[in-house]
Amino acid sequence: MATASYEKIEKNPAYQELVRKRSSFGWTLSATMLIIYFGFILLVGYAPKTLGIPLGTGVMTVGIPVGLVVIISAFVLTGIYVLRANSEYDALVRKIVEDAK
Amino acid sequence: MSAKKFLTGATAGALAFLPTLALAAGAIEGGSKQEINAAAIGMFLAFVLLTLGITYWAAKQTRSAAQFYTAGGGITGFQNGLAIAGDYMSAASFLGISGLVYLSGYDGLIYSVGWLVGWPIVTFLIAEQLRNLGKFTFADVASFRFAQTPIRVLAACGTLVTVAFYLIAQMVGAGKLIQLLFGLDYWMAVVIVGALMIVYVTFGGMVATTWVQIIKACLLLAGASFMALMVLYTFGFSPESLFAKAVEVHPKKIAIMEPGSLISNPLSAVSLGLALMFGTAGLPHILMRFFTVSDAKAARKSVFYATGFIGYFYILTFIIGFGAITLVSTNPEFLAAGKTGLAAIKGGSNMAAIHLASAVGGNVFLGFISAVAFATILAVVSGLTLAGASAISHDLYATVIKNGKANEQDEIRISKISTIFLGILAVILGIVFENQNVAFMVGLAFAIAASCNFPVLVMSIFWKGMTTRGAVIGGFLGLAAALVGVVLSPGVWEAVFGNPKGSAPFPYDNPALFSMTIAFAGIWIGSLLDSSKRAAEDRAGFPAQYVRSQTGIGAAGAASH
Repeated sequence: MATASYEKIEKNPAYQELVRKRSSFGWTLSATMLIIYFGFILLVGYAPKTLGIPLGTGVMTVGIPVGLVVIISAFVLTGIYVLRANSEYDALVRKIVEDAK
Repeated sequence: MSAKKFLTGATAGALAFLPTLALAAGAIEGGSKQEINAAAIGMFLAFVLLTLGITYWAAKQTRSAAQFYTAGGGITGFQNGLAIAGDYMSAASFLGISGLVYLSGYDGLIYSVGWLVGWPIVTFLIAEQLRNLGKFTFADVASFRFAQTPIRVLAACGTLVTVAFYLIAQMVGAGKLIQLLFGLDYWMAVVIVGALMIVYVTFGGMVATTWVQIIKACLLLAGASFMALMVLYTFGFSPESLFAKAVEVHPKKIAIMEPGSLISNPLSAVSLGLALMFGTAGLPHILMRFFTVSDAKAARKSVFYATGFIGYFYILTFIIGFGAITLVSTNPEFLAAGKTGLAAIKGGSNMAAIHLASAVGGNVFLGFISAVAFATILAVVSGLTLAGASAISHDLYATVIKNGKANEQDEIRISKISTIFLGILAVILGIVFENQNVAFMVGLAFAIAASCNFPVLVMSIFWKGMTTRGAVIGGFLGLAAALVGVVLSPGVWEAVFGNPKGSAPFPYDNPALFSMTIAFAGIWIGSLLDSSKRAAEDRAGFPAQYVRSQTGIGAAGAASH
């Protein structure tokens, strides 16, 4: 496979771009997930009644859509990352691998 | 035979899977042997025959170590996503969470959410890096640039302790559940689970384990979808009417639509949340699944699919729980004779989903769901056993004892012997712990995974400054802190040891908030103060490791066969 040393790869601008983009995006998305989840948990812990506020005239409360949104956000955030990684990051990785040959 | 009859009696079986549900769910009424359910046994036998057939097919291609540990890296992203979901969605999630929703409504959703949110973190931070750096076990990654022996021993301890507690909880739960659903003796149920799991893993390795998990995931998702659909159909596909009816018949009335008493202490909630979230990212049998795909791209895709399946499944359990409130608690057939009301449910709240299966699909569907519950347990214990056996054969035997120079066939032989040993041990422990309260064990497994495996893994991938000594100090401190924290928590100190209520020295149900802090601090301080020759090598190895983790250059490819 690759013959180039890691020092040479490290100097490749494509590699630097990949690392910069992927790290900042990965940590940003992780922080987003943590904020959403622990926001939810703190709401449950400190202000459970907020989630019990009725939505409309029926029995439906704010808590139901909020819980659903947390579940769906986990899926959507993962999807956003995978989509970007599949196009952008994989293209960079391919270029780095080519350059390293 | 009557579908309803064999469900009389009670068990805390499925409770055994869940850490804190014990506090919420009904009393243990002692599981007694039930009448034999022919439909359930017939369908379960069909599942066993199919999976044994697959094992036979898998055994013929499982010749190399790569085949045995990782199916040769030949599983696709989609297949692996299903298998991860199959590995992760235990009978506890299905029966325990729907039972919790049945009892407390909204509180069940809080648990579901906690069990899901670890997955995005796995995708963003470790899935691709794991695939790029590792070969068979997560210790391959954690020990990449470090002294092999200490880190392998640490990772093997973290793996085996996590696997042992998780396995005991599964075996005890399995015995109780099967006794109830199929009318088999407890010991017989445990022996059947142990024997099948040994056969799958020993002969079929990762290939058979993966397909057992995929089939189980499909069956469970199909069964749960059907139940949720029937519940929604009953209410004209109007969630509002479903919730309105549930509020009307539930003794807690409108309180089921908001967080209840389950999470009363915010700090305790945060600590549990951390354990669920980061424990997921440190479970050895889950991490191992990332080595079964061909490359980093497939690894990331597989978590995406898994997150989708698992999230969808938890939404279904919420609907199933509410469906059980409306259709089970109002039907005298499912309640203890002469009693009315939600709490009178036959078999306790963990049977809510099972009774609902009977309510919406009759006896045959009830048999199907019972067989799925059995299959679910088998899939989870197989994955656990394979992870434990790999830690023994790949990390301890091949790397520590044989210094990385083990003969491949010897290594496979050791892993098969380890599988048989772990299987027999699991059966013995399952029988020993039959009448013990094992509800805390899954919580403990998650706490250890979050406090030992996860910190060492994530720091080894991202922190240049980590040294062998720092990792060993932090990892073992985290492991010890998690163990001590759980022993001193109310769930063990009061519920298991029988000390008076309120006497637990450690007031929270899960120690993760503290034990994770201790682990990270231990790694950090231990590494900073380390000025040994080895430490210099550890730090010097980081750039090369980082390049490989980012690009996959030099990573183990899919084995051809």
